[in-house]
Amino acid sequence: MKKTVNYTTQTREIVKKHGGAKSALIAVLQDIQEAFNYLPKQALKTAAKAMDIPLARVYEVATFYTAFSLKPRGEHVVKICMGTACHVRGASAIQDKMERTLGIKPGETTADGKFSLETVNCVGACALGPVVVINTDYHGQVTMAKVDKIIGKINEEGAQS
Amino acid sequence: MKKITNAQALRQVQEDLKKNFDPNKKLVTICAGTGCRGYGCIKVKEELEAEIQKQNMDVEVRATGCFGFCEKGPLVVIHPEKIFYQQVKIKDVADIVSKTVASGEVIEKLLYRDPETKETVLQEEEVPFYKKQLRLVFGSNGMIDPTRIEDYLILDGYSALAKALSEFTPEGVISEVKKAGLRGRGGGGFAAGVKWEGSRRAHGEPKYVIANGDEGDPGAYMDRSLMEGNPHSVIEGMIIGAYAIGASEGYIYVRNEYPLAVLHLTMAIAAAKEAGLLGKNILGSDFSFDIHINKGGGAFVCGESSALFASIEGRAGEPRAKYIHAVERGLWDKPTVLNNVETWANVPLIINRGADWYASIGTEGSKGTKIFSLVGKINNTGLIEVPMGMTLREIIYDMGGGIPNGRKFKAVQTGGPSGGCIPESLLDLPVDFDKLYEVGSMMGSGGMIVMDDKSCMVDVAKYFLAFLQEESCGKCVPCREGVRRMREILEDICAGKGQEGDVELLEHLSTGVADGSLCALGGSAPNPVLSTIRYFRDEYDAHIRDKRCPAGVCKALITYSIDAEKCTGCTLCSRVCPVQAVSGEKKKAHAIDNDKCTRCGACIESCKFDAILVK
Repeated sequence: MKKTVNYTTQTREIVKKHGGAKSALIAVLQDIQEAFNYLPKQALKTAAKAMDIPLARVYEVATFYTAFSLKPRGEHVVKICMGTACHVRGASAIQDKMERTLGIKPGETTADGKFSLETVNCVGACALGPVVVINTDYHGQVTMAKVDKIIGKINEEGAQS
Repeated sequence: MKKITNAQALRQVQEDLKKNFDPNKKLVTICAGTGCRGYGCIKVKEELEAEIQKQNMDVEVRATGCFGFCEKGPLVVIHPEKIFYQQVKIKDVADIVSKTVASGEVIEKLLYRDPETKETVLQEEEVPFYKKQLRLVFGSNGMIDPTRIEDYLILDGYSALAKALSEFTPEGVISEVKKAGLRGRGGGGFAAGVKWEGSRRAHGEPKYVIANGDEGDPGAYMDRSLMEGNPHSVIEGMIIGAYAIGASEGYIYVRNEYPLAVLHLTMAIAAAKEAGLLGKNILGSDFSFDIHINKGGGAFVCGESSALFASIEGRAGEPRAKYIHAVERGLWDKPTVLNNVETWANVPLIINRGADWYASIGTEGSKGTKIFSLVGKINNTGLIEVPMGMTLREIIYDMGGGIPNGRKFKAVQTGGPSGGCIPESLLDLPVDFDKLYEVGSMMGSGGMIVMDDKSCMVDVAKYFLAFLQEESCGKCVPCREGVRRMREILEDICAGKGQEGDVELLEHLSTGVADGSLCALGGSAPNPVLSTIRYFRDEYDAHIRDKRCPAGVCKALITYSIDAEKCTGCTLCSRVCPVQAVSGEKKKAHAIDNDKCTRCGACIESCKFDAILVK
């Protein structure tokens, strides 16, 4: 870790921003994830206490919704669209290829912390299928050859900076 | 913007905007929908602006909502001539500005070329993709910068709200919507007016209206395009609905995957409030209404009404039993009307142009238009809006331009995971709520995924069950266990381990899952399986009896080989093969070792001579 992050203080601020209402739990968790890139245990404990919600309930919500991650995610989050339009245009072959290229399965992060791989049930860019979303960039009509290019480019950019 | 305090003042604002708009002035619109953004339209827009500045011109470049023709993005239209350019790249920008914008000169190579007649087409309306469309809900998208309320107002935006407040009683609005025959665009097709009436009559305060923007059906993205491209139309519809029902608070539940929709809706809500069209005493009346935005957490089941309420309440999105009606006890157990985004966007049209006009469009039981996303194995992918009752053939061939690469049409999947696959023999089916239901599918939110002869229908059924099993919330047993069991059977069939009687077992389980599940997710989960069995039983039999996948998809049932006649020995396939299963000398025909081969398809993608055979 480069720096120690103060999960407690920041989480309390997030809860405060949402007014502390119990119904804001999902929005609070979304903001926590936005701040730390995942849901750290300490942050969940702090949120539970500050919102007066049992930790088990917080955990229930955090594990129910696929957008939340309890594990730290990589610097680049690679999402492969698994929508129907992408599926019929060969999304599973793209997924296999991405797994080979990155050396990880969906839900995992590379050892260097650079990439996380996830699958999404449709990103809503169906005309471009098969689609891969990396962070916020959409890559359309992805082929196996294109996978190497896209990942190669990110690696190159990382090497330069 | 100054607060607008009555209908007359709103008209004045609209008139002033129109007066200040010179229809003969040059204007460049560029589609900034998801598809075009994927093709890099934002960079093209920046380049257009830079070039216009460089050439010292006073021309607005407007990033608008989605035009719909995603296949050919980025799309650019030069007004007032309405010259329609497609697949515009950064390198084309200098020419567009110096020729078309400056002097109206048309750049032939950027025009759409009809693949059949080979002739170029100048304007959007003449492109076959658009010709048969009736773009009522979606039509303004191409002119509106969704971040500016003025662009909506100049097109008479919020006139319907003013009309509803000044000319209609709340009951009057409801009877107008009932008379129009508006049915919910989210899937079920329930009569919107009836829902509203139920909620108006229900006891309990406050009442809520909600827009369901949790567009989870894979293959559908029209709600995204509306929220991103014309957010005020959704908001105006909701305000009118709230007035009719007597609701004081509203929510828009947006998918987590749609950050741009959240941004544009947030801006639109703020602008509408500032203009006095939302918030306290709307347009000077004593009606007050406010809208909040909730972001979903990426759970498909939250598109289901009671699961969506649970999610807004901050809980896990688990549905509840259906004998409690949402119109009476919905969000926080208060009377609630939940309609889909597209449904709300239809409401201003009905109030503006009247129920009789609206009911004159469409079929006996399904009125108005419907937006479909035409995707998958089809030439012209994109969003289309057509009157209800148009046939699948017209949609797929006249607008969609048929199947790419000369392949054969096999099926079109509608209704998302709750829908079914419709075969070629039913291509002349007029598309509406009831007709789709009759053939074992449903409207759903409007996804149409076209499949060709390279799509395996057993694999498609397996795909949907895998999707549904993952998305099942796990609360009720029939869905949690039944869908899992059905998925296992389908996986066995695709892996060559299918047995006689599997199809019957699937049918048997389907009855239990459909009848016993708590909500529509489980209730309709068997549809993709049942419809593929109904229309493509021969493919199931080929998998089970002959251990063969006719479409060449199921990896355990296919082998790859190389056609020695076609192979030129270019070595490309052997270089891309991840498991070194291809061997052969340069310039001589290669061969594939099927013991090593994982059927990943890399060689097929790389081969320029179509020499890899799948059997």
